[in-house]
Amino acid sequence: MEATNKPTIKPVYLESGIEVEPLYTQKDVNDEIQAEVPGQYPFTRGIHPLMYRKSPFTIRQYAGFATPEETNERFHFLLKNGQSGLNVAFDLPTQCGLDSDDPRAFGEIGRVGMTIDTLEDFEIAFKNINLDQITVSMTINGSAIVLIAMYIALAEKWGYDIKNLRGTAQNDILKEFIGRGTWIFPVDKSVKLVIDTIEYCAKNIPKYSPVSVCGYHIRESGANPIQEMAYAFCIAKAYTDGALQRGIDIDEFASRLSFNFDIYGNLFEQIAKFRGGRRLWAKIIREEYHAQKDNSCWLRMIAGGGGGGLTKEQPENNIIRSAYYALISALSGTQTMALCSYDEAYTIPTEKAAELSLRTMQILIHEMGICDTVDPLGGSYYVESLTDRFEKEIKEEMKKVDEWGGIINAVATGKIQESVSKQAYTREMGIQQGVVPKVGVNIFTKEEAIKPVDFHPYNEEAANKQISKLIRIKQSRNNDKVTEMLAEVRKDAQDDKNLMPSIIAAVKEYATVGEIIQVLKEVYGEYNEPIFF
Amino acid sequence: MKILLSKPGLDGHDVGVKVLAHALIEAGFDVIYSGLRKSPEEIVKLAIDNQVDVIGLSILSGTHEIITTRISEEMKKNKLQIPLVVGGNIPAQDVELLMKLGPKAVFPTGTRVDKVVSFFIEMKNSK
Repeated sequence: MEATNKPTIKPVYLESGIEVEPLYTQKDVNDEIQAEVPGQYPFTRGIHPLMYRKSPFTIRQYAGFATPEETNERFHFLLKNGQSGLNVAFDLPTQCGLDSDDPRAFGEIGRVGMTIDTLEDFEIAFKNINLDQITVSMTINGSAIVLIAMYIALAEKWGYDIKNLRGTAQNDILKEFIGRGTWIFPVDKSVKLVIDTIEYCAKNIPKYSPVSVCGYHIRESGANPIQEMAYAFCIAKAYTDGALQRGIDIDEFASRLSFNFDIYGNLFEQIAKFRGGRRLWAKIIREEYHAQKDNSCWLRMIAGGGGGGLTKEQPENNIIRSAYYALISALSGTQTMALCSYDEAYTIPTEKAAELSLRTMQILIHEMGICDTVDPLGGSYYVESLTDRFEKEIKEEMKKVDEWGGIINAVATGKIQESVSKQAYTREMGIQQGVVPKVGVNIFTKEEAIKPVDFHPYNEEAANKQISKLIRIKQSRNNDKVTEMLAEVRKDAQDDKNLMPSIIAAVKEYATVGEIIQVLKEVYGEYNEPIFF
Repeated sequence: MKILLSKPGLDGHDVGVKVLAHALIEAGFDVIYSGLRKSPEEIVKLAIDNQVDVIGLSILSGTHEIITTRISEEMKKNKLQIPLVVGGNIPAQDVELLMKLGPKAVFPTGTRVDKVVSFFIEMKNSK
């Protein structure tokens, strides 16, 4: 009798494939959650006891400036306005390890970020800036070892005690093979370079964070939220294993590790992804790696962006989407937030759009009460049930990677790339066919006039100046010394030693990013991209 | 009809080009994807070696004008007379400019995948 009275409802599935019930009750919640407290292992409810009540999440927008000179101006502007950190974008030649005078760099110099050829460019970018006062976050991967070496060389040259040097590098090469694509060397050699930076920093610059593992770009390449977390955790474990093999203690390394995740999609699904992910990561670090310290178990993260959810159609709708994404990020207990601007689906953000992103986060902090109490969704039947499910599903997905021979093998053979690219296709088709609803794209559409876009013009003059500067440096530096230092880098690479000391010595003699990367290419070879789609 | 899809320049954003590759294969085309960071010389050589009927470029870093010019020149140099198609993060106001540089079609930001697929189907039917 009962069944006939029940209204028929359509099943609902999250992007991760999890089915959602129309109602959750106490029966769906695990009793163990009663004991969960923020700031205590396994940190499901947040890594700090007071979270935003003590201090709100950090706002750190991504920005790139074409030349070291412009970057220096921006640093001074930010310092004057009370900011203490910057998230630096580099241009593609720098990211791919090519100098400005390389023919392959033609037309790309300073286009998507700052150009760096030699230590002199860093000296210009950080002129009259106290390196003790600011934290510089560098979005650099393929050539990260050279750029980190340059930052250290600069600090040493200027007389700082590098023991106190703070800052972060993205330096997550494994995700570059999955999405974003600024790889240079074969997968195993690329990972070796990351481990070199981890080892050197652990021993010499304990306050520097040499790696930020990015689920973000993996999700943007087509991974679902479960895979985003699972692949990121597998990558983080690969770096951790590498560090342990060099004799670094788990507690020395794990507390410097941070993560970068994406926030677009279903609100509750993302929140559960972060809560379940936080619990699972803590368990991995404690149970598998036997970390003693609590802060080793923290999933420290920047949760932001959301570019994959934004649309070219009715771009103003992206302002609304980003506000919801910011709410997701805050309800998930992020440490740092950055938002994509509403025009970012088709251009580098205009100043107005960048300001709106900033205001979105400020309104959330100051008007919405988001900082008043820790983990306000804790105890919600739905959220807690989904959190448990996510912990379980991420773990299962990680097992699949093990079956593929581990993350390094799965990336080298293109297995992960193939699986995420198929999903990107399925999702795009879903949007086109209206199965995945997208406002302004497949529902509530309207005819829009084609609008011209503010596009940042290419600054050819600045590019030429950069090339002239490089030519001048190549003439004025001690070239015998440079040759000698590059030979040292080559020898250390051949002998499989940690390359940080010889690269630091080389950049101090003004060896270029391109010269050092070229030596390493000659020893290691280059990545042969498996063509999977 | 055989289509070469390629990523010239240093830009590594390949989600779009791979989605298109899937869609074109689904529509019955023979698709070759070159992978990232191919030079104009490499792309033209790939097109000749594989005897493709059309080249499609995906450019998202803003270098579309420079790259399209260079590839058109390289094609002329090699007497390769097949259609060139350009897509990616291309502002609407640059479409006309790019069309003058040689491409048969330019698909700016926000173009639906099925629109691109239909274009290739029409091209095949009019052959």
